[in-house]
Amino acid sequence: MPHLRTKSVRIPDLIFDRTVTGRIGVNLPQANTPKVDMNAAIGKTRETFDFPEVGELEVMRHFVNLSQLNYGIETGFYPLGSCTMKYNPRINEVTASLPGFRNIHPMQPDYTVPGALEVLSSVYDILRELTGFDEITMQPVAGAHGEMTCLMLIKAYHESRGEGDKRKVVLVPDSAHGTNPASAARCGYDVKTIPTGADGDCDMEALAAALDDTVAAFMVTNPSTLALFERNITKICELVHAAGGQVFCDGANMNAMVGTTRPGDHGFDCMHLNLHKTFSTPHGGGGPGCGAIGLQSHLEPFLPGPILKRVNGKPTFESNRPDSIGRVSSFHGQFLMAVRALTYLLAYGKESMSDISRYSVLNANYVRARLKEVLPPAHDRPCMHECVLTAKKYKQNGVRALDISKRLIDYGFHPPTNYFPLIVPECLMIEPTETECKQTLDDFCDTMIKICEEAETNPELLHEAPSTQVVGRLDEAKAVKQLDVRWRANRTTESV
Amino acid sequence: MPYVPHTESDVAEMLQTIGVNSIDDLFIDIPDNLKLKGELNIPSRLDEHALLGKLQALSEQNTDLTRVTCFLGAGIYDKFIPATVGAVISRGEFLTAYTPYQPEASQGYLQTIYEFQSLVAELYGMDMANASMYDGSTAMAEAAIMATYIKKRSKVACARATHPHYRKVLGTYTWSLDLSVDEIADDNGATTDYSKLTEEHAALIVQYPNFYGVIEDLAEARKAADRVGALLIVVADPTACAILPPPGEFGADIVVGEGQPLGIPMGYGGPLLGLFACKQEFVRLIPGRIVGRTSDSQGRNGYTMTLRTREQDIRREKATSNICTNEALMALASTVYMCALGKNGMQQVAESTVRNTQYAIQQLTQTGAKLRFDGKVFGEFVLELPKSAESVRDGLLKRDILAGLPLGPYDPTLENCLLVAVTEIRTKAQIDDFANKLRAELSN
Repeated sequence: MPHLRTKSVRIPDLIFDRTVTGRIGVNLPQANTPKVDMNAAIGKTRETFDFPEVGELEVMRHFVNLSQLNYGIETGFYPLGSCTMKYNPRINEVTASLPGFRNIHPMQPDYTVPGALEVLSSVYDILRELTGFDEITMQPVAGAHGEMTCLMLIKAYHESRGEGDKRKVVLVPDSAHGTNPASAARCGYDVKTIPTGADGDCDMEALAAALDDTVAAFMVTNPSTLALFERNITKICELVHAAGGQVFCDGANMNAMVGTTRPGDHGFDCMHLNLHKTFSTPHGGGGPGCGAIGLQSHLEPFLPGPILKRVNGKPTFESNRPDSIGRVSSFHGQFLMAVRALTYLLAYGKESMSDISRYSVLNANYVRARLKEVLPPAHDRPCMHECVLTAKKYKQNGVRALDISKRLIDYGFHPPTNYFPLIVPECLMIEPTETECKQTLDDFCDTMIKICEEAETNPELLHEAPSTQVVGRLDEAKAVKQLDVRWRANRTTESV
Repeated sequence: MPYVPHTESDVAEMLQTIGVNSIDDLFIDIPDNLKLKGELNIPSRLDEHALLGKLQALSEQNTDLTRVTCFLGAGIYDKFIPATVGAVISRGEFLTAYTPYQPEASQGYLQTIYEFQSLVAELYGMDMANASMYDGSTAMAEAAIMATYIKKRSKVACARATHPHYRKVLGTYTWSLDLSVDEIADDNGATTDYSKLTEEHAALIVQYPNFYGVIEDLAEARKAADRVGALLIVVADPTACAILPPPGEFGADIVVGEGQPLGIPMGYGGPLLGLFACKQEFVRLIPGRIVGRTSDSQGRNGYTMTLRTREQDIRREKATSNICTNEALMALASTVYMCALGKNGMQQVAESTVRNTQYAIQQLTQTGAKLRFDGKVFGEFVLELPKSAESVRDGLLKRDILAGLPLGPYDPTLENCLLVAVTEIRTKAQIDDFANKLRAELSN
């Protein structure tokens, strides 16, 4: 169990409230070109605006104090299911800040950035081998963006075969991430839900019944969000293909497969990867993500351009792409994330790559085994890289999964994912990742067992949790009804 | 096992607790024929020292912009970044956090996002802003799609003088939703003739300043949009908005932009930062995360993600957008930047940009090159050369000047034109040097 002590924390005001007219928080470069008449140069100018005016030390203190009110992987265990909160190696930050990567412009001539193109191509080469797909692109900048791009490729593919008008439906399992149906809708598709069978695999009869010539694609998460490997995956892909549809793999759970099995070999036509999950680029509190996608060669003509290919080994941009869907982001995707991912991939190399999947699966099964008495698994099969448990037996005491999660915060842990997948009642989805050691997992499991005891003996402790943070549970209804999403001058504001 | 801490005895104990003999036993659900056999065809592993050497060698193959003087912009700018920015965003509590789904353990990040939203809304002169989008181009496409929902019209009009990559992204996003885009041509580098705008258009999109650096007349754009009942979407440069009247003052409905100039390295174009602000009345249709202020049961103020019923994880196919992960860390970088500079610094950077730009125009037009367009500009301008812009650009690169973007590939009528950007960090000496080398290059 972790040792917990309290200390006083400094809660910063809004930085606007620290303003003293005339202050500045940076030693700015001074122009030495001649002064000009602003109105003559640019026309009407802006009168004023309300920005903070604070000194540099004040700026640093403000943000350092705020950082101390925040929890990250480097603070403690972060078993947020589906998010793969593994250690983000610090060497990645060092390589991504090398001037030759950081200070290059996306529109400078290709011949001045051979090292950057080699970084991208090397990531493509390795991801191609790890996923079993023919092509990779990194123009999509986040996971959902990658999903959407894959569906656009599928749409273009059906249109190229004259079937664009009739294939208007995308099938999505009831266990899918919310981004799947949202991405399908964003591509103009109608969404139909496919149920999951009692054993956790896709309901094959329901799938077969739903397949007809209106289906454009089936979006499958493998391993599923139930953390189970979809045992019928080859058969699923065959069925969908026989009906003329395409199969997309949601790669959020790629961590379970790295170096062990390849989605491209399962029969998938395309997939997205979250480099910020599987390949250790930091999540940054909600991005930047990095949504590389993999695809088989029949979808290649439609790739967003320009695309990067090796010509005689040399990475070269190809822009004459008549069938391309166009562009999905401003430039070449999240380049500095590619630098981080390459650093990470090369740290493992061919010798150790499968350690990622093997130890993440070991850790998840260990947590599952240690907690099975207090929090039974949703399914009686070995889990993959995370475990999906149910807290439904505490509901009779008025304790919900969320209460358990909030209590974990009091004990210094980040909670798991709650209430997802939607089909498991009082769901707790725990993803330890391979970078956590046994002692940390034991601390966590001991704490979970203690909280489950509290749920039986003193449920109030859980309802009032967290009681150790700078705020307790917040009034979400008030946040919506009395919408306050920005500071304004001439209004008195209070600090947290 | 670089980042895997397990010892052999750990593994043995864990397997015993699980009740299996080997890690392989945990993979029984994967059919045998789908398991990888044999060695992966990828490079061998490297230790940390070797890794740094390898990546350093790759980075040194690039001509980075500390080695040449950069006059290339076109949406990404070579600007000063205070040291405080990097110090804050490299803190593990921020860098290694997930989206703040658990507000009690994420108050620090949530407050910075609230501050970010306040700063962006204020800078653009708008009611509110969201917690960020991917980049300027996707923010613009999302704004256009949002306008089609608001107006229930299936077309949008976009000024042709908008960044060509942004227009391309708009084309891709709208194609996938069976929406269409009409272009509004420019005249002499500025958008003036709105006669093609009709009541079929949900929105008019203009860039401020536009792709050529020209400051568009937003009052005219607003009038044109009103005439047909369309929304006005403005793609605005955040630096310029510290000195130009912001789009909100002209009654823009949605303002988007690229936040890279606010303390984010060029990084070969990613990660970037999409800015998105709008009028309060559209709040329920806005894409992406929004952080709001509320309180707990003891009356203590706190911050939380709000209006969540717009979002994909709750509304699924009925969500306002599929966006989930956005660019929180880049938004934090820009928040530190905007707070460190504050009102005075933001104004100073904008004024320096104008001074340097005016000086560059003056010097470069005495070399045999001339200004292509007449309109007033901010930070960037189009230079017409007596010969191919591409060859001049390549020639100047050999003289350690990255002169700008040749515009021929985007518009054949601008074959000899170069888009030149001059930020606040260019010095008089650098501009003089550019002018001298351009003169030499043109007299070759």
